[in-house]
Order: sequence, then structure tokens, then C-alpha cells
Amino acid sequence: MTTIQIFDPALCCSTGVCGVTVEQALVSFAADADWARQNGAQIERLNLAQQPLAFAENPTVKAFLERSGQEALPLILVNGEVALAGRYPNRAELARWAGITESDMPQSQGSCCSGNQCC
Amino acid sequence: MRFLDQPPRFLFFTGKGGVGKTSIACTSAVQLATEGKRVLLVSTDPASNVGQVLGQVIGNRITPIPSVPNLSALEIDPQAAAQAYRDRIVGPVRGVLPEQVVKGIEEQLSGGCTTEIATFDEFTALLTDPALTADYQHIIFDTAPTGHTIRLLQLPGAWSGFLDESQGEASCLGPLAGLEKQRTQYKAAVTALADPSRTRLILVARAQRTALREVARTHEELAAMGLSQQYLVINGVLPPGEAEIDVLAKAICEREQAVLRTIPDTLKDLPCDQVSLKPFNLVGLESLRHLLADTGFQADSNDRDLPSSPDAPGLPALVDDIAASKHGLVMLMGKGGVGKTTLAAAIAVQLAHRGLPVHLTTSDPAAHLAETLEGSFPNLSVSHINPQEETARYRQHIMDTKGAGLDDEGRALLQEELGSPCTQEIAIFQAFSRIIREADRKFVVMDTAPTGHTLLLLDATEAYHRDVTRHAGDTGLHDTTPMMQLRDPKQTKVIIATLAETTPVLEAASLQTDLRRAGIEPWAWIINNSVAAANPVSPMLRQRARNELHEIDTVASKHARRFAVVPLLREEPVGTERLLNLGKRSS
Repeated sequence: MTTIQIFDPALCCSTGVCGVTVEQALVSFAADADWARQNGAQIERLNLAQQPLAFAENPTVKAFLERSGQEALPLILVNGEVALAGRYPNRAELARWAGITESDMPQSQGSCCSGNQCC
Repeated sequence: MRFLDQPPRFLFFTGKGGVGKTSIACTSAVQLATEGKRVLLVSTDPASNVGQVLGQVIGNRITPIPSVPNLSALEIDPQAAAQAYRDRIVGPVRGVLPEQVVKGIEEQLSGGCTTEIATFDEFTALLTDPALTADYQHIIFDTAPTGHTIRLLQLPGAWSGFLDESQGEASCLGPLAGLEKQRTQYKAAVTALADPSRTRLILVARAQRTALREVARTHEELAAMGLSQQYLVINGVLPPGEAEIDVLAKAICEREQAVLRTIPDTLKDLPCDQVSLKPFNLVGLESLRHLLADTGFQADSNDRDLPSSPDAPGLPALVDDIAASKHGLVMLMGKGGVGKTTLAAAIAVQLAHRGLPVHLTTSDPAAHLAETLEGSFPNLSVSHINPQEETARYRQHIMDTKGAGLDDEGRALLQEELGSPCTQEIAIFQAFSRIIREADRKFVVMDTAPTGHTLLLLDATEAYHRDVTRHAGDTGLHDTTPMMQLRDPKQTKVIIATLAETTPVLEAASLQTDLRRAGIEPWAWIINNSVAAANPVSPMLRQRARNELHEIDTVASKHARRFAVVPLLREEPVGTERLLNLGKRSS
């Protein structure tokens, strides 16, 4: 079973609805992550403000933070290895990592890049 | 007193700061203990002065009160609880993660949210852990002020529900993550609260229209979540006898009696007690014993000289200073019931009277005062922000824009997140941001504003947002955010409104601390409804006036860069004429 871990920056909430302007990337990713979960993917989200220990205990994440700082988050690990950093994955990437096949995918859902301020 | 008749195990006193909850809770505790019951008195009030009232240092552990057999007390210090909570989360990573990262996390956990949750955590244990409280027959909670209390009591319900439904996804409940393991305890706490054989809720208020309306709201909200056994105590009622010797006392007395005759319908069926205003300070055991009894306990006989009028600036001087800048944003901040709407309306009218263009905006749900001004004064426009409507509109807007590209399930998830408690504050803030843009052309006067805590949260998210856009190669399009406008003293004047009483002043000071943490320096303080500034004759009012002097002095010397004192008026300041004259020295 593939495990996808998302190490979020210090967020108030994972969809970003708390912001002055709601972050489209976060809204879209929350939906994409939910979709992937429904299709059997194992996705874990860790918020720096709430679960800092998880960041400190993972050598890869800790080294990443030391090298690039929290500004470089999010960091995405797939089975413990760095898969992506600095932006959230889109639905296709999640599908590939989790082995969700074409047939499971609905027609092109507006995922990450539908907004005007991400990717 | 009915509220002490056959009391259940848990007694909760609730009401906003300054109504005398602490005194009544202490008195009740002393009374039950004197009857031979073993009593634990718990204060979760951020401005707890139980120790002061009982004349015994208490602190964050159960402490026997030697002067009252059978009585022990405990003060839950919200700040200490929050610090302990922060240490629990941040401690293990300190020195492990980069220092900048640790700092960022601590900042996230410095909001009022963390404080409330950490306080709640301690409070829950007292309700649910029999081992902790086995020694006591009655546990009396002198809870935090109304708004606080509602959230404090509502949260367990919301959380239990939320934790069951959500699939472990971190959500807007923020620091809740650290507490998730204790959900069974929350459930037990809700059950205990909603059980009339175990819990009685006592709403404490003054005989004031707005205060009773607020209490009615609290009552409905708490009743809706199952706290059905509620009592009402109206504290500090001026005895009609005083009216004969003092015109101000007469006016207050008539106003109070009128209010008592027209108690909101929802409160009419509650068992109700009245406690009359006392001519002495409620500090020390002896005075406590006399609070609930109408005995002839005498005032401090040495009627120390009360200055005929405290040497404090009035509102017009403050308005002159505001007027000098020709335009800008003026925000009245402070707890409910201190008269923000009245003060905002008075400032707006007085600015407009000087020929300056003014937009007065209010989010007071019962904005009769502001509404009566609509169209009645040249240069003055009035608008009303309805919190419910704004929240609904904001949710819809987010669904229509950010949710547009999502599938049904994604939209459902977003919809659920938008149901979170912080959405309303954000929505109102959005409504404000629309209006405050006008402040570069005219004066915009607002009767309320997001709390320092919300501003901090907004700012953190905004900072993150700026990072994101910067990373995306966006060039500085966002250089004037509402937050920046609020921080700029040239554009914004934040005025803290308070009353000249201990708890309200402490609350105002902590609001100021919050604002400063958010980089906003309050411009002035207004002490409203001052008896001292109203030159009373009645001994009871003179006692209150004397008590006020200390508080006015504290504000002047410790808290405020500039301040004004507005006297308690004989007539309620409704209508342009009275608003125009508000705070002027009586001629």
C-alpha cells in the first residue's frame, strides 16, 4: 500500500478557508485529497502548527526544513521518499502515486490549476 | 434566593464582564459552605479576582479557604493553561527543528483559540473525573464572560459531532488536533452540562436593555444545546429609595424599573432573583455575607471627598483630534455592552456636524440607534452589517468561486469546512474590508471590529498568502491589505471602549495586548457610562463613583495613550441631538 504524506506549512486549516482570500490551491487540494482517499489512496496530512513532532522525527522532512525553511513547504513524501515540494500535487499526480487507474478517474476535474494563483 | 434553592452538583454563573458574577459566585459558595456543604469554587474567568474577593491567594490548584470551613477554591489561569499547552506541542521540537520554524509554530499557537481550548481542557476534567471532585458536594463555576462561555460550552458538542464525522482531516478547529484523544471526555462533559439533575446555569445581568437582550441570546443558544435548567439573576438594581435624593439616581431607577417590566419574552419564564446595588465594595468575607441579604450593612462611613468631576478629558476633545485628519477609519473595539454603538454613533454625528463626510457602519444586531440616524443628518450615511447575512453571502461566494471547479464531493467537503466557527468572523471582516476602502476619502466609523485574535489568524494566513504569491512570481499586487491599513496610524484610529470597573478594564487591557501583538496600536480609550463623571449625590452612586476613580486612574496612567470619560446619562443617548451633546460638559 502506497502512503502519501503531505507536510503542510503552519496552517489554520487545511482547506485554507480561514484566509483573508481563500487559497484556491488549498481548496482544490483538499478536494483532490478527499477524492484520492475515496479511491483508496492512503493520504496523511500533517500541519506544522499542530503536529510539529512529526516533522522533527522524520529525518527527510527535518533536513528539508533545515535546508529550505518552512517557506518551501508543502513537502510531499510517497512511501517516505520526496515526491514533490513547494506546491500541492494535482489529481493526476495523486492518482499515479496511489495507483488509481484511468477508469477510476472522472473526466478532467478542475484540480490545481483551475485557479489563477497556483502552480 | 431562588437560584440557591436545592442546588444541583454543578452551578455555572455566566454573564459578561462587570455584571458581578464573581461576587455572586463567591457569595453563593460562602453561603452553601456555611450551610455545611462541601464546596469547590472554580474560576475560569481570565480576569479572575476570586482570590481578592476571598482575601486568600489561590492559584491553579485546589486551595482550602481557612476563613470559610468546607470551602475550597481553584483558579484556572487561562494564560498559564495556554502556555502549558504550547509547551506540550512545541517543547519536543525545540532545538530539533530550526529556530525560525519553532517561532512560527509558537505564533500560530498564541491566539485566543489556544487559550480557550487549553482552559476548556482543565475545566472538562472537573466535570468528568470523579476522582478530582469526589470531596465536594457542589462545584461552583464562575465562568468566563458570555461570548467565551457560549463557545466554551458549545465546543464540546460541536467537537464530539465533528470528531465522529470527519475522517481525521485536520480542520478549522485548529489546535483541537492536540486534544483529539480525549473525545470521550468531551462527550461526558456535554452530558453533564445538559443534565438538569446535575447542572444549573445562572445567567447574571444588570437591569439594562442591551445586557438583557444579550442574556436572552445566551439563554437561547445554551438552551438549544440542551442546557435547559437556567436561572436569571439581575444584579446591582438601584433601590428605589435612592431616587428621592438624586436626579441621576431617579433617572437610573426609572430606566431600570422600565427594563425590568419589559424583560425579553424568552427570559420571562426563568426563575428570577434581583440583587440590589450595595453601597460597599464587594471585597472580603464580611461584605460577601451581606450581598444576598438586604440587611443594614453600612457604607464606609468616611465619605471621602469625591472630586466634583474627575479631571478627565471629554469626548469632544477626542473628536477634535480625529477631525484633524480629515478622513480615515475609526474603529470602536471592546466587549459587548460597553456602549460601542452609542459611542460610534456619537463620534460619527459629531464629525458630521463639523462638516466632514462620514460613513457610520454597525454590526449591532439591534442597531435601532444607528438606524434612527439614517438620512437625518447632512454628511452622514449609515449602513448595517448583518452577521448572519454576511456569513451566508460569504459562504455562497466561496462556493461559487473557489468551489466552482470542484466535483460534488469536493464541494461537499468545502461546504462542511465553511460551516466552521471562524467563517463568520472572516465573513464580517470581508464586509468590513469592503467598507474601509472608503476611508481614504471620508471618515468611516465602525462600532465593532474583529478581535485581536482573529486579526492575528487573518494576518498569519495573509502572510502565508503573500509568500505563496511571491513564490508564484506575482509582483507586489497585494501591497495594501486591510491589515496594513489597520496597522497604519495615519489611516486608522482604533479606540478601545470600556467601563470604569475592574473586570471590563482588565478585559480591555488584554484586548489591547492582543492588538499590539497584531501590530495595531490603539489610539485612544473611552471610559463610558461613568458615574464619577456624572456628579451623583446619592450615597450608593457616590460609592460607585469612588470605586471608579481607581479604574479611571489605572486607564489613564497604565493603559491609554489618550483617553476620554463619558458620563452616565440621565436619558439614553438616542437621536442626533443627544448624540451631538454626548460627552460635552453640562453647562
